[in-house]
Amino acid sequence: MADVKLLGTWPSPFSYRVILALKLKGIDYEYIEQDLSNKSPLLLQSNPVYKKIPVLIHGGNPISESMTILQYIDESWPETHPLLPADPYGRAVARFWIKFAEEKLSSASMIFRTSGEEQGKAVRETVEVMEILEEHAFGSLKEKGFFGGEKVNMVDLAYGVMGRWFDAIEECSGVKVIDPLKFPLFCGWAERFNEAPVIRDNLPGRKELVDFYKRRREMMLAAAAAASN
Amino acid sequence: MEEVKLLGWWMSPFSRRVELALKLKGVGYEYIEQDLANKSQLLLEYNPVHKKVPVLVHNGKTMAESLVILEYIDETWPNNPILPRNPYEKAMARFWAQFIEEKCNGGLWKIMWCKDEEERGRLVEEASHCFRTLEGELKGNKFFGGDEIGMVDIAANFIGYWLGVVQEVSGMELVTRDKFPVLCKWMDEFVEHSVVKETLPPRDKLHAEFEARLGAPSWKY
Repeated sequence: MADVKLLGTWPSPFSYRVILALKLKGIDYEYIEQDLSNKSPLLLQSNPVYKKIPVLIHGGNPISESMTILQYIDESWPETHPLLPADPYGRAVARFWIKFAEEKLSSASMIFRTSGEEQGKAVRETVEVMEILEEHAFGSLKEKGFFGGEKVNMVDLAYGVMGRWFDAIEECSGVKVIDPLKFPLFCGWAERFNEAPVIRDNLPGRKELVDFYKRRREMMLAAAAAASN
Repeated sequence: MEEVKLLGWWMSPFSRRVELALKLKGVGYEYIEQDLANKSQLLLEYNPVHKKVPVLVHNGKTMAESLVILEYIDETWPNNPILPRNPYEKAMARFWAQFIEEKCNGGLWKIMWCKDEEERGRLVEEASHCFRTLEGELKGNKFFGGDEIGMVDIAANFIGYWLGVVQEVSGMELVTRDKFPVLCKWMDEFVEHSVVKETLPPRDKLHAEFEARLGAPSWKY
């Protein structure tokens, strides 16, 4: 049985996408926390192109980019908890939303990294993205549950970061973007996601996340202020 | 009765990717040229999120995003596969297709529209590094897919053909034969491939369009 290693950093939501996928499938793995300020030879060797986490190493073969890792996991362990629909069209729709997440969720992280006008711009962009998601993506779920139907699938994992992580980012940035009145379908889904079997036992704690992002934001804003002096 | 339609634009490398995949697999389809300056009701209805081409319609089911469509095509018509069957090799193909999209094409796009000389120089150097990395992936093979064209080659179509025209028009010397002999050899093989040839937009028309557009301040597909 080939061994599985995961190179990640706490509390990276990209790391967590992979952790949650491995847990859902019941796959044993060794987690190796990385120090990105002092990158390990293993990380540099396993992801020479981007030198980033997460990296999955399976039987010595490294795979990077979280959603590529998730598709690899699904194809390598197909017997338990499928992470994509079985039919090609369902998969095309799922991949469309995965790509949308990969391209559009970065504006959300900019809210946390910036202040003033720049932050305002990031907020506006994020609201636009949320409006599209609410209408076209979460709109198709209705009361159903998840993108995977009754069970979480990889589209849910792709967007799962927006639940607890975004909650923490909003709190430490002092900005409220996800208004439950404006985005009821998203909020309903996010609550279900946080409570889903396996997911609920493997998410980082809310307080730990808030504390972490608070410290990070202080450091980032201090660095930005120092740079502009 | 299979019904396949493709909404595309003659100049778009993204819609040409889909045409190439359909032709490689011998899938018949109806092509519907779009006017992107004046988007049709059909396009807006079929791709409400992005309002872009390509859109593939198969038996009434619509899908968008060229790389997503390529995977659908490969799964639906498994003859002449464009993706490897082995999960690890498949993951590598997806990785490189994404790298081409974000780093190579993304880098080129920034350069094409950058008006500041110094910034452009910096962007060219950054992109050069990415193209060196990509060139390394050929590993002595004729194509990224090995002996035959695969999804990574299809994803690299802009580099394979459009880039040459852009460089001619703009005077940009990023991917030249002396700097990237291996990548340029791949470009030669790519455009000479019997099926690829059928899907390339006419060079003189492309040249004229780029000449007109690269002069203009802002233009998007």
